Amino acid sequence: MPFEPQGLKADNPPFDFRLHFSMPSVFRRWRWPLVALLISLLTLIPLAVIVLSSLTPDPVIWRHLLDYTLPELLNNTLWLVLGVAIGVLLLGVPLAWLVAVYDFPGRKHFNWALMLPLAMPAYVMAFTQVGLFDFSGPVQTLLRTHFDNSRWFPPIRSTGGLVLVMSLAFYPYVYLLARNAFSTMGRRALEVGQTLGLSRSAGFWRIALPMARPWIMGGLILALMETLADFGTVSIFNFDAFTTAIYKAWFSLFSLDTAKQLASLLVVLIFVMVALEQYARGRRAYVQAGRAAPLPRLRLAGVRAWLASGYALLVLLLAFVLPFGQLLVWSWGALGQEWNEALFGYTLRSVTLSMMSALMIVGIALLLSYTRRRDGGALVRLLARVATLGYAMPGTVLAVGIFVPIAWLDNVLIDRFFAGQGITAVLKGTLAVMLLAYVSRFLAVGYSAVDAAMNRITRSQEEAARNLGYSGFVLLRHVHLPLLQGGLLTGVLMVFVDVMKEMPITMMTRPFGWDTLAVRIYGLTSEGVFDQAALPAVALVLVGLVPTLLLSRQKDVA
Amino acid sequence: MNKKVLLASLLAVFAGSAAAEEIVVYSSRAEQLIKPLFDAYSKETGVAIKVISDKEGPLMERLKAEGSNSPADIFLTVDAGNLWKAEDMGLFQPIKSAVLNGNIPANLRDPDNNWYGLSVRARTIFYNKNAVKPAELSSYEDLASPKWKGKLCLRSSKNVYNQSLVATMIADIGPVAAERMVKGWVNNLATAPFGNDTAMLEAIAVGQCDVGLANTYYYGRIVAKNPGFPVSPFWANQAGKGTHVNVSGAGVVRYAKNVKGAVKLLEWLSSDKAQNMFADVNLEYPANPKVKADALVASWGSFKHNLINVKVAGSKQAEAVMLMDRVGYK
Repeated sequence: MPFEPQGLKADNPPFDFRLHFSMPSVFRRWRWPLVALLISLLTLIPLAVIVLSSLTPDPVIWRHLLDYTLPELLNNTLWLVLGVAIGVLLLGVPLAWLVAVYDFPGRKHFNWALMLPLAMPAYVMAFTQVGLFDFSGPVQTLLRTHFDNSRWFPPIRSTGGLVLVMSLAFYPYVYLLARNAFSTMGRRALEVGQTLGLSRSAGFWRIALPMARPWIMGGLILALMETLADFGTVSIFNFDAFTTAIYKAWFSLFSLDTAKQLASLLVVLIFVMVALEQYARGRRAYVQAGRAAPLPRLRLAGVRAWLASGYALLVLLLAFVLPFGQLLVWSWGALGQEWNEALFGYTLRSVTLSMMSALMIVGIALLLSYTRRRDGGALVRLLARVATLGYAMPGTVLAVGIFVPIAWLDNVLIDRFFAGQGITAVLKGTLAVMLLAYVSRFLAVGYSAVDAAMNRITRSQEEAARNLGYSGFVLLRHVHLPLLQGGLLTGVLMVFVDVMKEMPITMMTRPFGWDTLAVRIYGLTSEGVFDQAALPAVALVLVGLVPTLLLSRQKDVA
Repeated sequence: MNKKVLLASLLAVFAGSAAAEEIVVYSSRAEQLIKPLFDAYSKETGVAIKVISDKEGPLMERLKAEGSNSPADIFLTVDAGNLWKAEDMGLFQPIKSAVLNGNIPANLRDPDNNWYGLSVRARTIFYNKNAVKPAELSSYEDLASPKWKGKLCLRSSKNVYNQSLVATMIADIGPVAAERMVKGWVNNLATAPFGNDTAMLEAIAVGQCDVGLANTYYYGRIVAKNPGFPVSPFWANQAGKGTHVNVSGAGVVRYAKNVKGAVKLLEWLSSDKAQNMFADVNLEYPANPKVKADALVASWGSFKHNLINVKVAGSKQAEAVMLMDRVGYK
């Protein structure tokens, strides 16, 4: 998007903080790190509760873990992360490229439809896919009516099956960010490539892919963080992952301390992963080089056109049409039990919570991103990383990390002000606490969308405005905000969908009676009544479709 | 001082205060299985019941963190292992109630009266009627014999039900024999362990395997919808100690604000009328022996329960989990 100063005139300079307040120089110097610190505290406190409250390992349990479970666990986690990384890249990037620069039958519809799986929680996708493709499911049952047996059919409950299902569930993050990078990146670069004799596909490898890298990596990291934090999906597959080991230490070995230690280890792993990416990206700057002239789409013909359509259709079928169809079939059967006014209440609360937290999280993400823009120092960069780590924590562990300090604060407040009045809660069970808890969980999602857009604003655009006398938050409001609109909307929509799907933190922090669709689904799936869980799941997907479809219309998001 | 009052009154606006005629229950039993009972109690007595549902682990941490300022009066959960853990963490207070002691048999409650079982769930053998004759079956231990090679289905070892079963077996036959048994199970597996009992029962029905272990109510839900389901229960270990049973149950929270009301509610839950509802809503067995099970449940016949105190499922759970890890039971 070109830089157009909106409503600003040089002869009418805006309110300038510097003229009215003389800030102490210490504060001026530290104000951005201070802002970053305040934001990251929301994540730092729960993380500290988890890490610091469990410094002494239980020797018996750790001996057992080292001897029997940890090696396999690390191995499993490595394969899972690698597999999902390859899976989401193979699904997300080619589809994004096809949709962004080619024309083929159905392209317009695939453009938005390929976002649809985002509306379906991974655990819902998992139980429908296992239901469909397991030995006792309809697909293999059908096969057995035509063949002697179906034992040759690749087992869905396997590492391969899990990687496939997770890739299908998480590729939209990569697809969304990559597609927007491809379709808004400086066309000139591709044109230069063409004049130098590069074909369109060579241009993909040598120009488009390297240029879109930060956005692709941003989507990939979101997908991998979700993979590492996931518990619902891996437990449906009975796959031994880091999260299942954490919950096993907690619920089965009755050692919450060991669970916290494992969770701390997980945080370190993720931090290393993110830092490595940051390091590999180095000091290269990614900005948009001038006005993007739309490049004419290359029309694919013949076999290649049908291959493109076929691939997109196959992904869409597997990732959305089939599982959603299965959900519809199940919910039809359970309509009598689940279709009632309570369902309406769950839906309404889900929407309200998601909306409120999405706005709040993106607001905070904007502040954090702008802070990093103003102060690129190592401290601010580190704090920004820490602030977004909550997305990779197993939800239930993070929920405990959030609840413990809140309960502590409540106890202090009650003892001081309400002793003997029969009051048991001040902060806990309030909406405010619940929203703050969501911030520590989902800041990464909002931040990655906002920050990607922020990176596209060039320094020269800022300098031009500075020369006109704008600075600080005035600069943010008049220069950045108009240019960031797309990124902000993307952030709001992505967070909205994610909060809808969230379970453990919702359960731990919700006020009395604030049951949401996700809570209802948990109650039913925990008892194994998946067919009954299907109707609230359908409601969840349908509500999630609204922001997902809006998201797919977003042209200029990153 | 003035500031303090101001702050206090400000906070009071946001603070919830508990009314006297209200009982707060923290429950990890699925809400749809417990809500009808509480609704009935409220209708009968006018007492309001607030339920907070979550998984048992988070609920216990919540109770611990809230300490003396917890709003909870009752903690209700499934599996004796969890009840044992809650007691171990000091979250309960002993209950003095002749009614509860009269209604709930000694093996289904805590010896120190910290908690009481309210429904009984039996975990036993299920077999494919077309592939197996009941005469071929006998005990949990027998499922480890090579004759079941490639024919056994199991649920994940990460689920508490199999952990409780193995914990009980450790107490009954000793850790060495128990480990040999679980190792035999693993060798006999037809396919990777399942994520839930229902999926496992369906695998038996379509012949992916012939035998498996499940809680009877999962089976009950299936046959209630599909009477032709080709799977039957077999009561395990009838010649030995009896079939493994576990409970869902509850206790009064240590810092309960409404102890009297909480005990009354538990007493009501153990009464004839409530016991029928409690068990039947999920096709479980009533904990109160004077109460008859649902007709469908009764049709599977009566059986000898393992009378060992269900508490052992908790005290030996960690040992059981490590045992299962050692022999590679996933």
